[in-house]
Amino acid sequence: MLEKNPVIFIILAFVVIMVGTTITMIAPFKWINGPGDRIAEVKPYTPLQQEGRDLYMREGCNNCHSQTVRTLAADVERYGYGGTYSKSGEFVYDRPHLWGSRRTGPDLARIGLKYPDSKGAWHKKHLENPQSVVPASNMPSYAFLNAPLDTTYSERKMKLLDFPYSQADLDDLKGKSEMDAIIAYMRKLGTDIPVKKAAAVTSASAAVVKNPFTTLVAVERDAEGTYKQHCASCHGEKREGTLGPALKGSVRSDAELFKIISGGIDVNGMPSFSGTLDDQNIWKLVTYIKLDTK
Amino acid sequence: MNAPTRYVDDSVKGFIAWSMVWGTIAVVVGILISLQLAWPQLNYAPYLTYGRLRPIHTNAAIFGWGVGSFIALFFYITQRLTKTPLWSPKLARVTLWIFNVAIASAAVTLAMGINRTKEYAELEWPLAIVVAIIWVLFSVNVFMTILKRKEEQMYISLWYIMATLVGVTVLYVINNLGVPLHLFKSYSAFSGTNDANVQWWYGHNAVAMVLTTPPLAIFYYFLPKVTNNPIFSHRMGIIAFWSLIFMYLWTGAHHLLWTPIPDWIQTVAMAFSIMLIAPSWGAVMNGYLTMGGKWEQMKTNYLVKFLICGITFYGLQTLQGPMQAIRTFSAFIHYTDWVPGHVHMGALGWVSMVLFAAIYYATTKMNNTEIYSIPLANAHFWLVLIGQLIYSITMWIAGVQQGSMLLATNPDGSLHYSFMETMIAIMPYYKIRAISGFIYLAGLSLFIFNIYKTFQKGTDSPVAEA
Repeated sequence: MLEKNPVIFIILAFVVIMVGTTITMIAPFKWINGPGDRIAEVKPYTPLQQEGRDLYMREGCNNCHSQTVRTLAADVERYGYGGTYSKSGEFVYDRPHLWGSRRTGPDLARIGLKYPDSKGAWHKKHLENPQSVVPASNMPSYAFLNAPLDTTYSERKMKLLDFPYSQADLDDLKGKSEMDAIIAYMRKLGTDIPVKKAAAVTSASAAVVKNPFTTLVAVERDAEGTYKQHCASCHGEKREGTLGPALKGSVRSDAELFKIISGGIDVNGMPSFSGTLDDQNIWKLVTYIKLDTK
Repeated sequence: MNAPTRYVDDSVKGFIAWSMVWGTIAVVVGILISLQLAWPQLNYAPYLTYGRLRPIHTNAAIFGWGVGSFIALFFYITQRLTKTPLWSPKLARVTLWIFNVAIASAAVTLAMGINRTKEYAELEWPLAIVVAIIWVLFSVNVFMTILKRKEEQMYISLWYIMATLVGVTVLYVINNLGVPLHLFKSYSAFSGTNDANVQWWYGHNAVAMVLTTPPLAIFYYFLPKVTNNPIFSHRMGIIAFWSLIFMYLWTGAHHLLWTPIPDWIQTVAMAFSIMLIAPSWGAVMNGYLTMGGKWEQMKTNYLVKFLICGITFYGLQTLQGPMQAIRTFSAFIHYTDWVPGHVHMGALGWVSMVLFAAIYYATTKMNNTEIYSIPLANAHFWLVLIGQLIYSITMWIAGVQQGSMLLATNPDGSLHYSFMETMIAIMPYYKIRAISGFIYLAGLSLFIFNIYKTFQKGTDSPVAEA
């Protein structure tokens, strides 16, 4: 029968493929994004952030950057930036999702927590010339985003996506560049849900208030490399200060510097390195950057 | 016997020629983006940046080369298995035109940044509609030919062909649902986690319905033709067929392990991925046993080499895939270069090897001639095999290295390596990978030259019907 009737065959094949489809794809609509997933703090995108998101899509950033922190310790440590793993409720305003499938570059789900600086100076420098901030990076330059933002459809987008907006939000788009929009989007990513405070991050190390490395000889080999890799892009090759302040001969106490490197400073964009560097390396760095001369 | 002149093959030839053009573009763009990963200064903003080129690479490969040659070979196989000429040759010619316009427009719009970002469904809504129309026109043509067939029994290849027609339609339409903003921009009908679940239901079953059932249909038809052996077991083929199309649809969420997708969906996907080994290897064993022990053909018949190597890579692919679908292993290699290594074993090793053999065979039959050069075909075989192996093996090594570095932690729980340290570690592999692309391209060029010469030979001196 089957071997002889293509019409019946096609109907049967359709039914067979619809079984798994119904159970694993259609039925979950009942639960996913339902009340159980909802997170009150998660806010929709503003017109500027949504424009930035659309530019992220236009440039295909999702081909190299994922946007989901998995429930793995190393993932949370590396990409959580003090926050936690990704929750379903954080993505309810994402049409489409931008979770990605390959991390040629780092995950960006919580990048807003890493560089909270309101002017987005780090992002601008990085997008214009990634190698100026991360020398070994293989990311292309996006200096061409320094072009006026096309706002023709901004309001219609808000309506279509059913996001709240005010006239002030729309006025805010005036004179903005594409660069401004994509930075606004970067700064929003992952910042909606509450995060662990810097103090909590460093609590484990608080017991060790005394720097175990006090001489240059003890730290030079390790600390110089660490500095070049993680600090030089913002504080200058010679600790003279560029995006961030000069560090040469800092008068802050060792414990204070440890706390800043480990926990970061939210307000001015200094990232937290507690996930990237272990305590030993942070202490070595403290000794290294405080020295007057190398 | 006379070559059966009543078969209408002009569109088969047209689709073969154009799929080869798009396939070459896919490989060339692939080489360019592999070079960009090693040398970022090769990005030419804004149109030729990695982010815009990578979808062109995947779309040209899957839709241009893959779907283009599947359409050609489905037209070819269906006519011969039904002993019936194509239902509408005119419709087939129209389909070819729309197909080429659509693939060219896809490349242009993606370079312009018009991109939905859903993998393998990047095309914006007007083009997505055109793709759906192409598929319907093609499906109607094939299905009507089957309905009007003169051979009552439907061979297993026709089963795979019909499942493909239905499956792709359902997948493509659902994942492309959206709300248009204007002609070049739309937003997905689904949001966040739902959208991810729909996307990977689609993404993984594109692998099933575009990159598994069509090459299996082709393999089941051409292996007996090439070896002159009957298929080992039609019944095994049928059991494998139904279990394959049943199980595949449950497995999409193995692309989303450890993400906010509900845990049970992940677990179900994992279990069904493992179960899929059985029907996949049903096809592999059917292929091996069809050889009937006449393995000397691996030496004497260049087409057997392509087909058996292809089905072997399918077997390896369907072992590696389920392994990657297990949570613990996924935690290790997901998001690393291991996955492109896996994908390219399937695309270059399995799908393309089978297509090469089928196109060689169909070209000689349609032109009523012999292949222009068997030594060239052998050289083609070795170059694409070596190119693909270098690609996959270097990417597996890079993936394992990067995966283990990314997960390494210090005794106090902090990370041992920064992200950049992991990238610096895999840079040498990126350079080797780019070289493998050139080797593959060299093989592909020999293939194109050989097919071109064979066509020329056929038309230059039509062989007297013997």
